[in-house]
Amino acid sequence: MMGDRPSPPRAMSSAATTAPSVDKVDGFSRKSVRKAKQKRSQSSSQFRSQGKPIELTPLPLLKDVPASEQPELFLKKLQQCCTVFDFMDTLSDLKMKEYKRSTLNELVDYVTVSRGYLTEQAYPEVVKMVSHNIFRTLPPSDSNEFDPEEDEPTLEASWPHLQLVYEFFIRFLESQEFQPSIAKKYIDQKFVLQLLELFDSEDPRERDYLKTVLHRIYGKFLGLRAFIRKQINNIFLRFVYETEHFNGVAELLEILGSIINGFALPLKAEHKQFLVKVLIPLHTVRSLSLFHAQLAYCIVQFLEKDPTLTEPVIRGLLKFWPKTCSQKEVMFLGELEEILDVIEPTQFVKIQEPLFKQISRCVSSPHFQVAERALYYWNNEYIMSLIEENSSVILPIMFASLYRISKEHWNPAIVALVYNVLKAFMEMNSTLFDELTATYKSDRQREKKKEKEREELWKKLEDLELKRGLRSDGIIPT
Amino acid sequence: MAGADGDDSLYPIAVLIDELRNEDVQLRLNSIKKLSTIALALGVERTRTELLPFLTDTIYDEDEVLLALAEQLGNFTMLVGGPEYVHCLLPPLESLATVEETVVRDKAVESLRKISQEHSPVDLEVHFEPLVKRLASGDWFTSRTSACGLFSVCYPRVSSTVKAEIRQHFRTLCSDDTPMVRRAAASKLGEFAKVLELEYVKSDIISLFTALASDEQDSVRLLAVEACVSIATLLPQEDLETLVMPTLRQAAEDKSWRVRYMVADKFSELQKAVGPEITKNDLVPAFQNLLKDCEAEVRAAAANKVKEFCENLPEDNREQIIMTHILPCVKELVSDTNQHVKSALASVIMGLSTILGKDNTIEHLLPLFLAQLKDECPEVRLNIISNLDCVNEVIGIRQLSQSLLPAIVELAEDAKWRVRLAIIEYMPLLAGQLGVEFFDEKLNTLCMAWLIDHVYAIREAATCNLMKLVEKFGAEWAQNTIVPKVLGMANDPNYLHRMTTLFCINALSKACGQEITTKQMLPVVLKMSNDQVANVRFNVAKSLQKIGPILDSNALQTEVKPVLEKLASDTDMDVKYFAQEAISVPPSHSSLFTPLAAVILEPQSPQRTTTFSPSVRWKVLAADGATSC
Repeated sequence: MMGDRPSPPRAMSSAATTAPSVDKVDGFSRKSVRKAKQKRSQSSSQFRSQGKPIELTPLPLLKDVPASEQPELFLKKLQQCCTVFDFMDTLSDLKMKEYKRSTLNELVDYVTVSRGYLTEQAYPEVVKMVSHNIFRTLPPSDSNEFDPEEDEPTLEASWPHLQLVYEFFIRFLESQEFQPSIAKKYIDQKFVLQLLELFDSEDPRERDYLKTVLHRIYGKFLGLRAFIRKQINNIFLRFVYETEHFNGVAELLEILGSIINGFALPLKAEHKQFLVKVLIPLHTVRSLSLFHAQLAYCIVQFLEKDPTLTEPVIRGLLKFWPKTCSQKEVMFLGELEEILDVIEPTQFVKIQEPLFKQISRCVSSPHFQVAERALYYWNNEYIMSLIEENSSVILPIMFASLYRISKEHWNPAIVALVYNVLKAFMEMNSTLFDELTATYKSDRQREKKKEKEREELWKKLEDLELKRGLRSDGIIPT
Repeated sequence: MAGADGDDSLYPIAVLIDELRNEDVQLRLNSIKKLSTIALALGVERTRTELLPFLTDTIYDEDEVLLALAEQLGNFTMLVGGPEYVHCLLPPLESLATVEETVVRDKAVESLRKISQEHSPVDLEVHFEPLVKRLASGDWFTSRTSACGLFSVCYPRVSSTVKAEIRQHFRTLCSDDTPMVRRAAASKLGEFAKVLELEYVKSDIISLFTALASDEQDSVRLLAVEACVSIATLLPQEDLETLVMPTLRQAAEDKSWRVRYMVADKFSELQKAVGPEITKNDLVPAFQNLLKDCEAEVRAAAANKVKEFCENLPEDNREQIIMTHILPCVKELVSDTNQHVKSALASVIMGLSTILGKDNTIEHLLPLFLAQLKDECPEVRLNIISNLDCVNEVIGIRQLSQSLLPAIVELAEDAKWRVRLAIIEYMPLLAGQLGVEFFDEKLNTLCMAWLIDHVYAIREAATCNLMKLVEKFGAEWAQNTIVPKVLGMANDPNYLHRMTTLFCINALSKACGQEITTKQMLPVVLKMSNDQVANVRFNVAKSLQKIGPILDSNALQTEVKPVLEKLASDTDMDVKYFAQEAISVPPSHSSLFTPLAAVILEPQSPQRTTTFSPSVRWKVLAADGATSC
């Protein structure tokens, strides 16, 4: 059924060719070589070679005409700027490209300083100009497994114009004369949807501008808020469960962080659902490291708003706890510490058992960074105070692993840390500590015995299966 | 089965459920994977009344466990008492079908589809169909997504009223609020269309298809392209133009390259589904556009289909269409800026020669082949060379040989070892088509040069290549051209090259036969047993073991055996090991030993020879010597 997942065509090397791609599989290719090749820019997918040179009739500067004619000229300039140039062809239309660049610059200045320019007719023209320039089908990703830590992002070729358009649009949205009640006719759901799709752009500069634009729109258009949240949900769900590919997750989470901050209390069911069904599953994605900081921030924001969410959040993290990726495990431990920093003692009690079972597993991880990160919890004063209050529950959970590692972990630094933790426990609750030390051996034996019983049970069950299986086949008459 | 419930009391459900609840995920997973055993222990009745309710109510678990559970339940029909009780499995599967994780959900749907076939028509309406409806109207998108995959399995077997409801539900999901559900519906549209009555295909499916194909999200639109193939196949020819073609035309020119890519990728299927007339009028220009698309991804996908598309054109004016419409685009692609496009084209372009015939091939295609043979990208050249056989049939390879040779030589010396490896693999094919004289004159030196490549994988492939060449050109040729050079390397100062001699002997001895092996190769191998490098010596032992079956028994006795015995007392541990191995374990499938063993130890199987002690083996050899002398 995996085939039913609507997967967009993958990047070239695997999708388009049947023969082995020689470049990709050569064991000797070096990152540096690949990088040199990748440092290229790309342009939108909308250009079909037009061939014809583009001609724009130069207009006078806005400051050179009387104020009464400015609005009219402003509209004309907006219309001119709807013309889009092909930047992949570095030689075509050089003069006109420069003309458009200076016009855009002029427009940016104009909306920043001028008053009274925003007539009602200007709104549709502004939105049209922005749409023509920024909305485009993003081109196929150049590399199949883009590694943001190693590879250079592919930059947008038309950035010299695009940047000014974004700049202009932000100034327009922020302008004192800007009236959302008029603009909402043009900045509508469809507009927002296309804007959100652009967050997949590989160019970090563009995503940064988009972040500001979306944030301003969210702030000014109350009617679009629920819609924006829902569409971000959809992008995330698709990212988690379908494609695992979307470049703008960190940026969207950053915006959400400030949105969550503004949620009214008590939280709506919709918001809680977003936390549990979207934000928590985001932890499962392979590229978590790219947006983990922003994600953890959102989670903590939620918990500060409503502490009763602590239990479902921690249970969610435990459910998705990484099994094979130590790097991710370290990130999870970091996030968990952030959560514990703000946890309420009453919530802590509800979750301490499953939580410390996991921490006990982390502490005994053979990967020293994981073990170390978990053991650092004992340097956190607030966490220490919580552990101390509940030592009668936590110590028995932790004891066996700590005791074992203190004897056999390969890394001396970990052993030293474990000794400190054991010492701390001893000071906290010496009676229980002695008890556990005394029963350590017999407890292990009891565990082994249980294990044996399990095995026997299954053996018996299997014999039975064999017998019944044969009987039901009619081989042994009953 | 029901009669065997007597010892159930031995297994209180609590004990078994404890296993399903074990704290360790791995143990829990193991228990779930053996759920059938647990069910068997409980018997069908208690499985229905105790186990299934437990599974339905209390399982909240890791996705891995849920996946195993979803799979198990698909095979549970007999364990709950057969088809009349199969509906008991629906509640747990229903909740699994609402899980977030796609893999789990898909597995649950797969199991539901499976057990739907085991429902009687009545049960299907009473139990199954209501479940589908519940899923289809679920709050969260996951259940609605799952519902999409279940309509087509129940539709054919329910009454017409229920059918109408099912169609209504499907319609609703096609215009669902969330793109995830619309994608699921779009991907099942073709499958659902196939089970619908033709009148409803026309009235319902077409409008849904049109809507999905113009969805605001390209991820939905591209799935409609897939459905287009099934739908076009279902409709009578006269309806295609009005019902399908407008949408297909629009998809071929979609603003998103993903959709256009999909059209290019499905082009052959689409072509077959719409038939020759529409192909001529519509698909030919559409195909031209895809070949000229602004995205390399799309061009490459289309280039891959060039041969298939041309092959399937209506024969009456196939040649004319190719020559006037397709070939000009193909010519441009030969000098495309993107290497993936060129290489996709190179992998199919040779196929056009069989379609166009000798004259056209020489006049129009040959220049393209030659251009691609000189392409800067090795993959393009390789793809041309690997498909030479198509051209060979039509015009003979000689036409190309002048350009072929430089191309081959260049690839043979490419800096990337994988390129060199790839060209070696085509050598036997090329040799066969170019003939022995051409080969001796131009390619033989290359083949020998690979034997001393600095990459082991190349030396290994070169060895294997020699064997294939000998199989093709015969032992005599080998004796004259290859064997002397191979044996000459035994004196090379580099031990890796000396070892290559041994590897070549291993590979060639069988193809060269007993005479050459005994007279020319064996002396060299034996001489190398005195090599100062231990690696060479233990490879001598291995070689002797390998060529043993080809040698006559006399040589084995008088020449091989003493040398192996000497090696068996070598100072090096590994040499000793392999020498002893060679003495004690004769190669399996040996043509020399097995029949003999069969004669001596009659009723036993020939494999027994492998367990002989060394002394027995040598006895067998001695016996052989006696009979053959």
